[in-house]
Amino acid sequence: MIFGASRSTSTRLAAAALAAGIAYVPFAAAADEVVNIYSYRQPALIQPALDAFTAETGIRTEILFLDKGLEDRIAAEGTNSPADVILTVDIARLTNVKEKGVTQALEDETVNANLPAEYRDPEGHWFGITKRARVLYASKERVGDEPITYAELADPKWKGKICMRSGQHDYNLALFSAAIAHWGEEKTEEWLTGLKNNLARKPDGGDRPQAKAIMAGECDIALGNTYYVGLMQTNEKDPEEKEWANAIKVVFPTFENGGTHVNVSGVALAKNAPNRDNAVKLIQFLSSPAAQQIQAEQSYEYPVQPGLEASPVVQAFGKLNADTLSLAEIAAHRKAASEMVDRVALDDGPSS
Amino acid sequence: MTSLDGTARTQTAPAPRVKRERHGVVFFIALAVCAMVLLPVATLAGIAFSGTGEVWPHLASTVLPGATLTTLHLLALVSILTSVTGVACAWLVVGYDFPLRKTLAWALVLPLAVPPYLASYAFAEFFLFAGPVQTAWRSLFGFHTARDYWFPDLRSTGGAALVMSCVLYPYVYLTARVVFIMQGRNIADVARTLGAKPSTVFRRILLPVSRPAIIAGVALVLMETLNDFGASEYLGVRTLTLSVFTTWLNRGSLEGAAQIAMLMLVLVFTLLMAEQWARRRQRFHSARATHMKARPPRLQLTGWKGPAATLAVATPMLLGFGVPIYVFGTYALRRAHQFFDPALARAFVNSLTTALAAAVLAVLIALLLINAARVARSRSVTLATRFAMIGYALPGTIMALGLLFSLARFDNWLDAQMRAWFDVSTGLLLTGSATAIVLACSIRFLALAEGSIRSGLEKLPPNIDEAARSLGRSSLQSAASVTIPLLWPAIFTAGVLVFVDTMKELSATILLRPFGFNTLATFIYESASRGMAQDGAVAALLIIVTATVPIVLLSGALMRDREAMM
Repeated sequence: MIFGASRSTSTRLAAAALAAGIAYVPFAAAADEVVNIYSYRQPALIQPALDAFTAETGIRTEILFLDKGLEDRIAAEGTNSPADVILTVDIARLTNVKEKGVTQALEDETVNANLPAEYRDPEGHWFGITKRARVLYASKERVGDEPITYAELADPKWKGKICMRSGQHDYNLALFSAAIAHWGEEKTEEWLTGLKNNLARKPDGGDRPQAKAIMAGECDIALGNTYYVGLMQTNEKDPEEKEWANAIKVVFPTFENGGTHVNVSGVALAKNAPNRDNAVKLIQFLSSPAAQQIQAEQSYEYPVQPGLEASPVVQAFGKLNADTLSLAEIAAHRKAASEMVDRVALDDGPSS
Repeated sequence: MTSLDGTARTQTAPAPRVKRERHGVVFFIALAVCAMVLLPVATLAGIAFSGTGEVWPHLASTVLPGATLTTLHLLALVSILTSVTGVACAWLVVGYDFPLRKTLAWALVLPLAVPPYLASYAFAEFFLFAGPVQTAWRSLFGFHTARDYWFPDLRSTGGAALVMSCVLYPYVYLTARVVFIMQGRNIADVARTLGAKPSTVFRRILLPVSRPAIIAGVALVLMETLNDFGASEYLGVRTLTLSVFTTWLNRGSLEGAAQIAMLMLVLVFTLLMAEQWARRRQRFHSARATHMKARPPRLQLTGWKGPAATLAVATPMLLGFGVPIYVFGTYALRRAHQFFDPALARAFVNSLTTALAAAVLAVLIALLLINAARVARSRSVTLATRFAMIGYALPGTIMALGLLFSLARFDNWLDAQMRAWFDVSTGLLLTGSATAIVLACSIRFLALAEGSIRSGLEKLPPNIDEAARSLGRSSLQSAASVTIPLLWPAIFTAGVLVFVDTMKELSATILLRPFGFNTLATFIYESASRGMAQDGAVAALLIIVTATVPIVLLSGALMRDREAMM
């Protein structure tokens, strides 16, 4: 306790100087009303909604994009974490942030009134704000108009004709988890092996390149999320993406109950949120019909709130009949699904 | 272990043992720095040992055998490709004259500016089904679909090895070229006067003599291959690194991931030990600066041989540098307005300052550790400094995670102390600022700095600083007036290598960056993650061009004879 006796200005200054000395902050942010967002989601996709939030409330948003180790970082930062709000895609990620203990419960009447109960955590740790369906992109030229079920993807008639991104990707793992929930592990593993043998090539790239591969004739159908089709159709910067989108049509595959697999993107309140009030305002805003509509129009996702319409671009894909399987059940099978992908060596591509 | 130019294991007469207590302070600081450098690996080891091992039955029965084989396969292919390319190019450039030789001599280093993850993207755009090469191929032969013809698949272990080798061979080229200029000269001249053919000289003399240098270069290449995540993920090659990530992210087991990472380090350590053991009886005397005044006569390649040599030497450069520049250049042209985007400008400044800071810090740490090892002459210090370099082989995200845990703990501890004593909150001092990134990169790339400085030091006359000391200079004065000036080219090399790798660094930066902090690499990643890699083309081009500047300077410096010593 050498310096401890006096809490004089000079010691504070010294402490501040020491702090400034080892902290290298090239572009320091001004201290005004702000909400700090840690996001698994690509900033560009949610920026329109965030801009609308700032316009309405005057609260600035700071966003940190991190798609690997987001929960670990918040956990390590502990009580000093600047995170107010966590934005993430995929139900398993939402349940994971809760399990890691980096969220806090929020009981908010506005939010609960806006969002149907099946799209939020019963204990209030996370809230689904948009929906997307995992569908098939099918070649307009080479695939007929008959419906295709998820189960049929393992049918040998598709041998050498299916493309997809890595089986270990969140979106595919959620689909396989849903399959496990519907069919059980044994049947799902058989199905996954069949799917693997039908692949045209090793899984790679994102969802959009699958459409490109269909246009190029590498395969006839591919697994992909709905909103990418909207984004490709309206891509003015890279008109060739419009061509990719033009080569395909959206087919809504179904499980035996007639439902198509849907996933959510969601939001959670960080455990040690320093700007808690602003964070709650942001969550309220994101659950509001106005924000849902912005997301629907700009990023071509489905609103979670019943009664709101998807954008005309998305409605043109056809009617989505969402699977009624609970999100929690899908999340519960994630580990099993990930191990199964390894077991059948899905990412090695077709064996012959 | 991994000197950039490990040729010169100069056998020096042991200097008189200096009394230990006089170096107490340096010794203590060195140990502290060493501890800091080892922090990420130690933290990870702690996590690994805290795990129960429940992931192993699944891993052992499904992923690990395949992943280990794939990794070894990849390492073997990359080491063959890079050593053949690097050595052949160096040999042609040093020993022969052919059209464009001078330009190619420095241009061969350029692929070092291209990060493997960008190279894999560019290669995919260029060589895959929808790219220009296969499209031309199809129109030439009238094929329509992929089923009509066979084309080697880039998405394979071989493809990944090709991509990695095209951007990593310069490590071998640089080391081999320096040795050929220096070492080969005298003995090669002797052999030639005795009537040996050039090919015999190469096979029987130059190759054996330069083996340690080549191995040192290949060791760097292999560590970079092991720590790569972006390229192998993009090309769908399931390496051990990839299973670290699926175990951590998709099965929620950080402990399991840390255990695989530790297994990888054991693999690296075994490789390095085996290499040292294999040449335990070899001693290499390096030539001194005074032996090197005259340039060796280069053989003129005549007839078809000249252009053939030009083509052979230009191919790896065009693949590793030309293809990425072509692909990103095409996309960037359509987005020329982005060059004036303030966000991109900030990212550029951030990249530049971070890379500079990391380069300076890494060089300082390397100098300190090397000096401590020299002064202390203690086996444990030497071993600790060597071990400190091993973090280079870890995937950046995993290494950064280890650093994040320990730094955040420090930050929170300091904050609690400051609150208690001064009523001031320091918050997340290191992890909340870009300091964490600078620390991570300098620790991560320390092996590069340490390697080039140590090999520079080994080429100095061993007793040169003792001569200064005997003339009455203190150790600091002798360092300032004698050793450092002589080491300057090696220090410059070290700084450039760390600068370039930090410019390219993505995985540690993305985990550790504070709010609103983008480097060029993270800017690209944000674009690529929403399936719009093209939007990152301008930033990609900027990374490549910015990293090219110091590489050209370095390459130029290494071409001049005096610097070629280093």
